[in-house]
Amino acid sequence: MATTMQLDVVSAEESLFSGAVQELIAPGSMGDLGIMPRHSQLITTLKAGELKYKTDDGEVSLFVAGGVMEVQPSMVTILADTAVRSEDLDEQTAKDAQKRAENALEGKDPEDLDYEAIKAELDAAKAQIEMIHRIGNTLR
Amino acid sequence: MAGLKEIRSQIGSIQNTKKITKAMEMVAASKMRRARERMDASRPYADKMRQVVSHMALGKLEYKHSFVKKRETVKRVGYIVISSDRGLCGGLNTNLFKKTFQDIADWKEQNVEVDIAVFGSKALSTFRRFGVVAEATGLGDKPGVSDMVGTIKVMLDAYEEGRIDRLFLVENEFVNSMTQTPRVTQMIPIVAAEMEEIEYHWDYIYEPESKEVIDVLMDRYIESLVYQGVVENIACEMSARMVAMKSATDNAGDMIDKLKLKYNKARQAAITQEISEIVSGAAAVA
Repeated sequence: MATTMQLDVVSAEESLFSGAVQELIAPGSMGDLGIMPRHSQLITTLKAGELKYKTDDGEVSLFVAGGVMEVQPSMVTILADTAVRSEDLDEQTAKDAQKRAENALEGKDPEDLDYEAIKAELDAAKAQIEMIHRIGNTLR
Repeated sequence: MAGLKEIRSQIGSIQNTKKITKAMEMVAASKMRRARERMDASRPYADKMRQVVSHMALGKLEYKHSFVKKRETVKRVGYIVISSDRGLCGGLNTNLFKKTFQDIADWKEQNVEVDIAVFGSKALSTFRRFGVVAEATGLGDKPGVSDMVGTIKVMLDAYEEGRIDRLFLVENEFVNSMTQTPRVTQMIPIVAAEMEEIEYHWDYIYEPESKEVIDVLMDRYIESLVYQGVVENIACEMSARMVAMKSATDNAGDMIDKLKLKYNKARQAAITQEISEIVSGAAAVA
């Protein structure tokens, strides 16, 4: 029996996962992070991307965009701004979101207040599409 | 004895009132269900957030956010009061305000001034005379965090700039659909939720810088607390209204029953009188 840690993934709307995992890979804002049980305390902001974790039943992946991850030796808490189960990801919706964000960005001054927010939205949409493709490839 | 006609019109008007209260009860019941779903959905986030932040309050961190540092002297405190926008929900708001007044009176006794920010127009009209520094009303049944950020920021800025030394949140706690209790919690400085162990001697590894991460986290934390409070308050409001309207409907039913009895008695008395008049009239003729 491998050592495990408690993982909780919550977004403002719902609780997506709560249970024991053997390891996880999270999209930290400074790069992806692999976390194993008894990791030292760590706290990081997250960027849009794929969150993978290994449970006794196999590997699961979620899409998260923005938020904070707190790591304690025996538990990991992910407070995501947005989180979507990979089976709920929809390429068309993501593409629409990307279009919208791109249109909104056009002709916008980078100094503008909204710029950062729209940019983040665009990145989230791109990361979602990328993840859909990756999952699609492994399935095929 | 009241005239038959008056009693009849009285019954009519109570019946109309009963229809309205019945309808309000049903509307509140269905809104409550949705409000509770929203409340339950946002609870895990707020709980986890509280957990993370209480870890932070216990650890030995290189960067202490101003929300974690305790201030020794308290000259002025801030209150965020969450109430409903509409009335007709029993004693929900009254109980909450009573509790707030008590707290304010306690602070005043210690010569501490109080600043108030309010959510909901009921609180606004009640606390106006105390000087409300920020307000947000008409949030509707589905409030978004973005509607609240402005009001919250006023209080947080006041704290950062040292105008207030403590910040409290006053809200209704949803115990179950029959019971809601007012609750006052200290938001800043943050008090560790549960002391699991005696002080830790560790610090986090930060990515990126400690200040950036913690600032983001603290803002989110306060926002999630207030958001949770507002969402919970809506569920409280709806269930309080449902209960209040149910008892109003029941009372209207009782009143109608009593009036009907009175009406029947009056009608019977009128008939009896008429008969006795006819009989005595006939006897006089004969």
